[in-house]
Amino acid sequence: MSFLAVTRATLAKDLRLEWRSKDAINAMLFFSLLVVVIFSFAFDPTAEESRRIAGGLIWVAFLFAAVVALNQTWARELRNHVLDAYRVSPAPADPLFLAKAVGNFIFVIVLEALMAPLFIIFYKLRPLGPAWELLPIAVLGTWALVVNGTFFAALSIRTKNREIMLPLLLFPISLPALLGMVNATTAVLTGEESAKFWIALLLAYDVVFTIACLLLFETILEAE
Amino acid sequence: MSGVSPIIVADAVIKQFGRFAALRGVTADFSPGRLYVILGDNGAGKTTLLRTIAGLSQPTRGTISVLGAKEVKTVRSQIGYMAHPSLLYDEMSGMENLRYFAGLYGIEDDAVAEKRCREVISLVKLDPGLARPVGQYSQGMRQRMSLARALLNDPKLLLLDEPFSNVDSHSAEEMAGLLAQMRDQGKTLLVVTHQPAILESVADEFVWMDAGKIVDRTSKLRGAQ
Amino acid sequence: MKRGFPILAIVTALLLSFGLYEALIVAPTERTMGDVQRIFYYHVPSAWTAFLLFLINFVASVTYLIRRNAKADILALVSAEVGVVFCTVVLVTGPIWARPVWGIWWTWDLRLTLTLVLWLIYVSYLMLRRFSTSSQTPVMAAVLAVFGALDVPLVYFSIWFFRTQHPSPVIGDGGSLDPRMAHVLLINWAAFLCLAWLVCWTRYRLEVVQREVEEAQSLEALLEGDGSR
Repeated sequence: MSFLAVTRATLAKDLRLEWRSKDAINAMLFFSLLVVVIFSFAFDPTAEESRRIAGGLIWVAFLFAAVVALNQTWARELRNHVLDAYRVSPAPADPLFLAKAVGNFIFVIVLEALMAPLFIIFYKLRPLGPAWELLPIAVLGTWALVVNGTFFAALSIRTKNREIMLPLLLFPISLPALLGMVNATTAVLTGEESAKFWIALLLAYDVVFTIACLLLFETILEAE
Repeated sequence: MSGVSPIIVADAVIKQFGRFAALRGVTADFSPGRLYVILGDNGAGKTTLLRTIAGLSQPTRGTISVLGAKEVKTVRSQIGYMAHPSLLYDEMSGMENLRYFAGLYGIEDDAVAEKRCREVISLVKLDPGLARPVGQYSQGMRQRMSLARALLNDPKLLLLDEPFSNVDSHSAEEMAGLLAQMRDQGKTLLVVTHQPAILESVADEFVWMDAGKIVDRTSKLRGAQ
Repeated sequence: MKRGFPILAIVTALLLSFGLYEALIVAPTERTMGDVQRIFYYHVPSAWTAFLLFLINFVASVTYLIRRNAKADILALVSAEVGVVFCTVVLVTGPIWARPVWGIWWTWDLRLTLTLVLWLIYVSYLMLRRFSTSSQTPVMAAVLAVFGALDVPLVYFSIWFFRTQHPSPVIGDGGSLDPRMAHVLLINWAAFLCLAWLVCWTRYRLEVVQREVEEAQSLEALLEGDGSR
């Protein structure tokens, strides 16, 4: 059971299962749409300030959508106690984590791909800075949320109020990443400053926590 | 008793969940190649004991050595575990489920995995070609498929927690026969069950538990307790 | 060690009173802010004490992950609890100071923001400990503490950079410190450290006793069923 093989097999299995129960994806997509609409009602898109705050709005919307997606990370493994079957096998724990994190990443990126164009349309956004930078920002920012989110979702499995524990644990630790995502996006949208520092911060955040998650996942998986 | 070294050695195992002590000092040996039936009322600690042997739970105090290893982690490839929940994905077919778990046990070659999965599914008298998702199986079929999953890696030690629960008598008999077969092949089996009569004719020893301890070990199923 | 406790208590009381005297009477009045500035002698030492306690929590958590000894776990719990209390003091004294001086209740300056984030992280740590259903809560909490500690430098740098881009009023750091003020500051910090030590010690012993009681209760139940062995 090589690391890569188990990761690939688990990811493939998850994608297949996700595809089969399309209800979940449809509900999530609709939820994301609703979030964008609500934000547009709450924060007037025609005001001049829009471009300045859009960066923050978009990422808060992504954060909410991400939490809903993250909360069901381990749902299938908990039903029928499949997680026990995994733990009892000789397969190491980190490929399980990585597969789940990558699966969540794909899931959340799909949601973002739906929400972003809507934001652009509703808020008439046009990046005044280098637009290509939005890609690394989206990737690094989403990974920052998803890597810790998947980890804390696992941590929340053994708590009394699972669904609320996840954001409770995730939000404080994600604050520097959130600052990074929002300011980087705002920098690109307004073109007034460089996003380079924030992108570097996001990269550092991602590296630090990806390593931490991979090293410590087995410890918490076995903490029954 | 022959000089064969025991396959499981539990020494003063205590397992506490907060203030509740599920296991209160279990000391026991289990010899290889035998079929043990573990009995007792609810709350006696049977499931906790099995999970501790399987490495899913760590003793609060005391030690357990399985297959000669102090850390069950190192011998997981030789253990098969089955519980009352199916440990299978409801949305996939039996074959798809087993193909995935085969990968977890290191059976990576596609052809070898395919063959092995068909083998074990046939062993439990199910149809490998059945495309129906496991969630739509009857309880008897689901338990048999779960047993197939536990047998994938041809384990030396099989730990079964309530395998006959809610299973029709025909399936239960089939499984009992299969378990006896496994034992005859030299495997060690520990079966927790509330229906020991099913295994009465094939079990080697009955282990009685009460309030977190082993209180008796008999070779026959008396009306004891 | 038991004898040291009353001595520490007396020393703490003395230092706190002396510190109060120094802060309110002896320290010179600040030129621009007036007497309100004296809250500085409580605001800053609380922050330093809280940060130190969180550092202790980190070390204790890592020790627990490596050695799995109960003492490290208790120390981690205790330092987190007391750290949160001192953090709360910082977060309360900040606005009390800021309002009369700058007319605002809050500013997202480096110290206050960092303190707020730490407070959030450690409150979530305490919530995890409270809501965990696992029999290995100490392990989970220790892992979370490690994550929190890894986060701290990232929080610091992100806020620091943000502030250099978007400067805002800073509570306190008006420039170099008058040596007489520095003197009072250090006295109060010493007093706070002793207070923290005193409270931690008490809480530690409380936790030790509580765990002993739980063990005794389990042991009692164990012996109860001990007829057939």
